[in-house]
Amino acid sequence: MELAQRILKGDRRAVARLISMAENFDPQAQDAMRLLHPHSGRAHIVGVTGPPGAGKSTLIDRLAKSYRLLNKKVGIIAVDPSSPFTGGAILGDRIRMSDLNTDSGVFIRSMGTRGHLGGLSRAVCDAMLILDAFGMDIIIIETVGAGQSEVEIASLAHTTILVEMPGLGDDIQTIKAGIMEIGDIFVVNKADRQGVERTEMELKAMLDLDSEEKAWTPPIMRTIANSGEGITALRDAIDAHRAHLVACGDWNLVNHDRIRAGFMALLRNRLTAFITENPGNKPIFDAMTARIVRREIDPYTAADELMAKLTSIKH
Amino acid sequence: MSERKIRVLIAKPGLDGHDRGAKIVARALRDAGMEVIYTGLHQTPEQIVETAIQEDVDFIGLSCLSGAHMTLFPRVMGLLRENGVEDIIVTGGGIIPEEDIPKLREAGISAIFGPGTPLEDIIEYHRKAK
Ligand SMILES: Nc1nc2c(ncn2[C@@H]2O[C@H](COP(=O)(O)OP(=O)(O)OP(=O)(O)O)[C@@H](O)[C@H]2O)c(=O)[nH]1
Ligand SMILES: [Mg+2]
Repeated sequence: MELAQRILKGDRRAVARLISMAENFDPQAQDAMRLLHPHSGRAHIVGVTGPPGAGKSTLIDRLAKSYRLLNKKVGIIAVDPSSPFTGGAILGDRIRMSDLNTDSGVFIRSMGTRGHLGGLSRAVCDAMLILDAFGMDIIIIETVGAGQSEVEIASLAHTTILVEMPGLGDDIQTIKAGIMEIGDIFVVNKADRQGVERTEMELKAMLDLDSEEKAWTPPIMRTIANSGEGITALRDAIDAHRAHLVACGDWNLVNHDRIRAGFMALLRNRLTAFITENPGNKPIFDAMTARIVRREIDPYTAADELMAKLTSIKH
Repeated sequence: MSERKIRVLIAKPGLDGHDRGAKIVARALRDAGMEVIYTGLHQTPEQIVETAIQEDVDFIGLSCLSGAHMTLFPRVMGLLRENGVEDIIVTGGGIIPEEDIPKLREAGISAIFGPGTPLEDIIEYHRKAK
């Protein structure tokens, strides 16, 4: 049977295989993705990001269990950094999600960032679509909140949760500019530890800096992920955010932005490959690179010339 | 643009509480450019097989120090077969007496890496077998 049909019939191995193919940029994934696309678009996509060790995986484990009590199916995509030198990775988020392994209403997939520009968003996008078509009601994406790629992943979610923990030092150093803006819900996890109020206040102060009135005020919530405290309230906040998006019409807007971000990631990959790998264009690209190396031309002029050449060629 | 990455699940079935060896192997495979899914201690064979399926791994490395390998390893193999999984290569490590090896091989474990096995050999095995 065709991979897409198997997925629609509930075959977990087919789901896993297609995610790998998408991750590996296997061109054969395209047919299945095309067939699955009309079956997607129902899932609520939730991004969870925050500094290393904040308790993201533990929190997701609890959240998933909480959604399971409501009989909702949960997909989880857990992203961990790959080594930029070897491309290898240890993907360890499942350690905190052991009991979810054998629940047939849950599908967990670990991913390495693999270091390709924009490639991660594309792979995550594809995995989301596959899990969505597979019938998952909620899809949770875990990323370490450290840089651009995380912000990019957050743009793929309907609801983004930023997880913090009571600081060791004085400031919330881990929350960087650009990361605060993407949070729809803020969580201070490890609320059993000292300094919760302080972290909450710092978060609140940073949020207040954003003076612009918004229809949705991001709540700041306390959780103790490993005991489950605050999880039901967090689940309610996630559902409230979804209800808010739907009620004010932003659900469609967010969907548009999400789909645009995913489409752009795909195009970026395609365009780069078209210029640097396509047999017709590669020689032009390589020759241009060589000219830059010889200092015969500067990269800006080279880019202009290359674009002019490529757009005038008939393929 | 297409590139395959070798994915390995390192799993510890059973009740023993030591995962030093498993972690050393996990790191070595990562440093060799592979993606290693590490699931921690006390995994049941059911959990291991379900994880392997969801993660679409090429290899499962089972590590067992408790002496229960003769029941746990074949149980993993049995569950893989029940789920129709035939393309995952399963290896074993930990403290496994010489005389058990033929039986484990018969059960479908492709290779056994005893405590003294050089990490290079383990890496090479994973590179060659795929
Ligand atoms: N005291 C306390 N510990 C917690 C809490 N939540 C998680 N932990 C512990 O914090 C450690 C890290 O938890 P993880 O869930 O792995 O954190 P993470 O953010 O997913 O970590 P990375 O994926 O490595 O970035 C584990 O030892 C958890 O048991 C909490 O609310 N209170
Ligand atoms: Mg984690």
